[in-house]
Amino acid sequence: MKRWIAIWNILKKDMKAYYLKPPNISWGLIFPLAWTGMYFIRSGGGLEGVLELLPGVTAISILFGTTSMLAVTVTFEKKNRSFDRLLLSPIPLELLMLAKTAGAILFGIVNSFVPILIAAFLTDLSGAAWSAAVPAILLCAVVSTLLGLSIATAVSEVFEAQTISNFFRFPMLFLCGLFFPIEQLPVFLRPLSYALPLTYGADILHGAFSGANVMSYALDFSILVLFCAALFALSLFSIRRRWIL
Amino acid sequence: MSNPDKAEPRYTTTPAIAVEGLSKRFGSVQAVAGVDFEVSRGEFFGFLGPNGAGKTTTINMLTGLARPDAGTICIAGVDYTKQPKAAQRLIGVVGDESNLYPELTGFENLCFCAALYGMRKKKRLARAGELLEMFGLKEAADRKFGGYSRGMKRKLTIAAGIIHDPQILFLDEPTTGLDVASARQIRQLIADLHRAGTTIFLTTHYIEEAERLCERIAFIVDGRIIRTDTIASLLQPLQGKQVMLFEVERDGRTLCGKLAAAFDNLAFDAFSDGRIRAEAAGPVPVGPLVRFIEEQGVTVLEARRQQPSLEDIFVKITGIETDALQREKEKPGGSA
Ligand SMILES: Nc1ncnc2c1ncn2[C@@H]1O[C@H](COP(=O)(O)OP(=O)(O)OP(=O)(O)O)[C@@H](O)[C@H]1O
Ligand SMILES: [Mg+2]
Repeated sequence: MKRWIAIWNILKKDMKAYYLKPPNISWGLIFPLAWTGMYFIRSGGGLEGVLELLPGVTAISILFGTTSMLAVTVTFEKKNRSFDRLLLSPIPLELLMLAKTAGAILFGIVNSFVPILIAAFLTDLSGAAWSAAVPAILLCAVVSTLLGLSIATAVSEVFEAQTISNFFRFPMLFLCGLFFPIEQLPVFLRPLSYALPLTYGADILHGAFSGANVMSYALDFSILVLFCAALFALSLFSIRRRWIL
Repeated sequence: MSNPDKAEPRYTTTPAIAVEGLSKRFGSVQAVAGVDFEVSRGEFFGFLGPNGAGKTTTINMLTGLARPDAGTICIAGVDYTKQPKAAQRLIGVVGDESNLYPELTGFENLCFCAALYGMRKKKRLARAGELLEMFGLKEAADRKFGGYSRGMKRKLTIAAGIIHDPQILFLDEPTTGLDVASARQIRQLIADLHRAGTTIFLTTHYIEEAERLCERIAFIVDGRIIRTDTIASLLQPLQGKQVMLFEVERDGRTLCGKLAAAFDNLAFDAFSDGRIRAEAAGPVPVGPLVRFIEEQGVTVLEARRQQPSLEDIFVKITGIETDALQREKEKPGGSA
């Protein structure tokens, strides 16, 4: 019970202090709107293309709402030493990290529903396979957040956290099959695509919204879960090694 | 302030802190080199040493922010290496930086810290209010911590350190960088906490602070404890001693030999900055001394009586000139 009080309050504090700040909220709205707008300008306005676009926009909304947010806020707290308070509290590190990531994960999930809501106004989403889409969104949010946590544990300055997040995020836009199929990438880039977790999340979302998945859901989900577990273990390992000196 | 942990009698035999062979190396720097000490329950223990002596590294190992290379730590009988989280529940930590959340208010910061220890909402609010009152921060309760002055930040950080009413409180240089009034206020608060039964482990490089607050002191230099003793025993050799301090317009060390030869019942210490310290079992003959120095062609700028203090002992034991400790200049008569 005592632990849950702590975890709940860490989550609440992060939400209030970081995630629910106006710049972040507007960022979550502007990004999907901009991408959707860009699509319409490029394609000349056909609404039937929305479903093809939706998986990509959803995935990047998650990615942009989570990775750098967590990397930056954790690095910031580490730098001003307030993170020491968490390390000094009588709560196991695993639970602490769960609390720290939960805020970003929730924020990512909320962000992902912005493009989905926009799409719901523009087209018919009744054919979407929500039983695949919702877990995929959750796993994408978890994996992007944990990527942010791993980045935070590897850097010591806020600007480094920002730079490295971008280093991962921007190539992921093009390499993960979000907007065009991986088969269209040059052959030498394809292995890279398969090394990125978002590729599998995007694949499920393509399947869920337009039946266009290339791999089986089972494979996609398994690989995503593996990525989550590996990133979490890696983050805990480097926190124990680098931060508890 | 009811804490079941604290209901335990103070005279219990398990020490509050027991440390053996504690060592820590950072690359080529041996920050802490085989430190042993024990702090009894309810004791006020001081760790006194110059910059880089290993004070913060020791505190970090005792509180779980650093992993010792070797050695054992027991906190109130709990083995730190085996049950770090159980030990952390018993301790409060005020680090060398005021590390609360700049974007939260003073009140929110305290409530958040209380939540980290699993306190329920009603208790959190009450405790935060109580501490803000106690530390004189009531007016600033709803202002953001980031906008606090240095002294206010320090006070709120100490309040956050005792939010869960810990048995043992670690304080890493709580008054460094504060003005005289704030430092005095903070010392008073710490003294009050000690009086209320909290075991206190304090690091400082202010000798006067250690002398005024602590019951027992360990001198730490270059990662090693040179001596651990009670203030009373440390000051024992100074009983009945009288000290005069002369300031001359030249390196005092050039006169030291001559003085010692001429006044064989006095002991002299001289420093490069022109200070000469004369110590005697009875009154120091000021007139003859001044005359003697001036006969050597050296002008005496000032002569003043000095209360023999822990500083003299520190210099004797460690061989460190106290300038290295950045003595805090404070008018005599300061309380706490
Ligand atoms: N994280 C670290 N990496 C490398 N060296 C370190 C680290 N932390 C401390 N040291 C070194 O260990 C030694 C002891 O440092 P420590 O901070 O414990 O001293 P201190 O007594 O607290 O000094 P101060 O009075 O300046 O706070 C110093 O030489 C310091 O440079
Ligand atoms: Mg220090």
